[in-house]
Amino acid sequence: MLSIKNLTANIEDREILKGINLEIKAGEVHAIMGPNGSGKSTLASVLAGRDHYDVTGGSVEFNGKDLLDLKPEERAGEGLFLAFQYPVEIPGLSTINFMKTSLNEVRKYRGQDPLDAVQFLKLMKEKMALVNIDKTLLSRSLNEGFSGGEKKRNEVFQMAMLEPKLAILDETDSGLDIDAIRIVANGVNSLRREDNAVLVVTHYQRLLDYIVPDFVHVLWNGKIVRSGTKELALELEERGYDFIKNETATV
Amino acid sequence: MENIDNIYEQLDKELSMNGADNLREIRRGALEKFRRTGIPTTRHEEWKYTRVSSLFNKQLNLPVSGADLPFTREDLDALRLPGQAEANELVFINGLYSAAFSVIRSSGIEIVPLAIAAENEYAPIVKAHLGHSSKYHEDGLHALNTAWLRDGAFVSVKKSAVPEHPLYIINIADARKQHQFLQPRCLIHLAARAVLQVIDNNITIGNVDCLTSQVVEAVVEEAAFLEYYKLQHDAPNSSIVSTTHIRHVGKSNSHVVTISLDGKLVRNNLNIVLDAEHCESHMYGLYMPKGDDHIDNHTLVDNVKPHCFSNELYKGVMSDRSTGVFNGKIFVRQQAQKTNAYQSNKNILLSPEASVNTKPQLEIFADDVKCSHGCTIGQLDEDGIFYLRSRGISEDMARSLLLHGFATDILEQIKPLALRNYMEELINHRLELKEYEY
Repeated sequence: MLSIKNLTANIEDREILKGINLEIKAGEVHAIMGPNGSGKSTLASVLAGRDHYDVTGGSVEFNGKDLLDLKPEERAGEGLFLAFQYPVEIPGLSTINFMKTSLNEVRKYRGQDPLDAVQFLKLMKEKMALVNIDKTLLSRSLNEGFSGGEKKRNEVFQMAMLEPKLAILDETDSGLDIDAIRIVANGVNSLRREDNAVLVVTHYQRLLDYIVPDFVHVLWNGKIVRSGTKELALELEERGYDFIKNETATV
Repeated sequence: MENIDNIYEQLDKELSMNGADNLREIRRGALEKFRRTGIPTTRHEEWKYTRVSSLFNKQLNLPVSGADLPFTREDLDALRLPGQAEANELVFINGLYSAAFSVIRSSGIEIVPLAIAAENEYAPIVKAHLGHSSKYHEDGLHALNTAWLRDGAFVSVKKSAVPEHPLYIINIADARKQHQFLQPRCLIHLAARAVLQVIDNNITIGNVDCLTSQVVEAVVEEAAFLEYYKLQHDAPNSSIVSTTHIRHVGKSNSHVVTISLDGKLVRNNLNIVLDAEHCESHMYGLYMPKGDDHIDNHTLVDNVKPHCFSNELYKGVMSDRSTGVFNGKIFVRQQAQKTNAYQSNKNILLSPEASVNTKPQLEIFADDVKCSHGCTIGQLDEDGIFYLRSRGISEDMARSLLLHGFATDILEQIKPLALRNYMEELINHRLELKEYEY
């Protein structure tokens, strides 16, 4: 589904990604872990198409398409979804109207007819239940004045509405209490299918108790320095990132 | 055809002629002020960023009273804002009040020619309030409106009257043949406990440059409530300098929304005079100049008496090479203790050639007051644009949605639903947002 080959990227003139290689297949859950500043969020942003970063080399193929050649909105149309670490507040645009536009634009890209008001509300109701989000919240301006937990639940709600093929969760657990983590994780898990995949980007292992990964990769200094199964996450939790740093330093 | 250069001689001659006219004294005083001060230049502090002198470089046609009307009633029907078929209409044609076209449909409201009101039972009101705004405008353009005053209108809303439909002021300029210089004038009186919605709209027909210098004065008595909606989406050949002067003389409220979408040069003076205790006024503005448009909003809140509240929010979106101006003056006189006055001005510049000048001006002479002001100038939030794009929304649409969101809290202040929907429509059209409901 996703094939990243030797991806390098800069922010201004500083090299942040120094050759990433990653293969994700349909039905899999991958986790990328790493200390602050290792390049995790950069990788997520580059995949979603933020133009803040310059891709300097390598390739990314998404369902047979050259992902890096697509605009952010086209990537969404192709089925890529990024749950933001810091969802942006949009004053004056209600979440419902935003979602209606977003969903119908994505449907248009996929050659589907727009949903009418009745169909839309039915779908929305169904997905709201999934993340335990309230309708009054959705009538308010998008993310404006939302608590941290509400913002993250709203991200998962959007994900549920758009039904992406690949969902990238960027530090979705940061700032959440344990109940909120459970709600968010349940939402994500209930959306898992044979034909979609999830990439969890996280600093801590705790989210992975709820969204159990098939593969864990450790990102350090712009490169994936180690890959393994979920046990690797537990090892990191126990020993901290220093053992990885020390190992790589000696190589 | 007349030129501004000889307008003084003409008016001087007219005012020297015999004939009773209760307006003569005020006009004579204004004419002298016009002679002294002339058309303001950018050296005038209040006109620093708005150059009106160039509008007087050409021969201007001053309309003549009693001339044949250039329109029919059917012409007018086509020009009315949607949803206002029931409104009470106060029609000015080329700056002159047209009794033939004006219609009162609600009870408790009356329109009388100003010259007649100055002599009948309304004379004390006219005498007390007509020209009150001139104390706030030390420039000849405002004075000229008063000096020239002919075929003005007086609107009376009776005690406790709540007209079912708004008063819709339609200023029609006939710019099909000549440069027009129009100077509509009206005085609106809300007696105690009266409630009135006013919609004020300019319409220019034809492509020749025209200039409107409008003065509306409103008096709000005890427990009355005035809502005032000024909508400017006129032709690109039309320029307007307007003064809306609202004077609260009893504990009362006002709610003013000014939306300026089009016009070559727009200058709005909004004065709120809080001349009684416990008055409350809310002012909202949205200006979206494009091309080479210039839109200037000067607001003034004069806190004369204690315990008044005013709140002001103006928002601007400047595109292309356009310019915006916001000047917000809050004046708190020494005896106006316990004043609460808030002001905020927010601007978005969409192009490197667009600009805005914003200036809060607080002059506070009382010591127990709460006043605040703030202004921002920025660009569209790039993070917001990326966020929307990452959800499948195109870059252009994302920008439009952000701008629509920016304008929303002003549009929400338009209480008559038909009017709000129409303004929404105009703004969506401007932003090219059509596809889904917002």
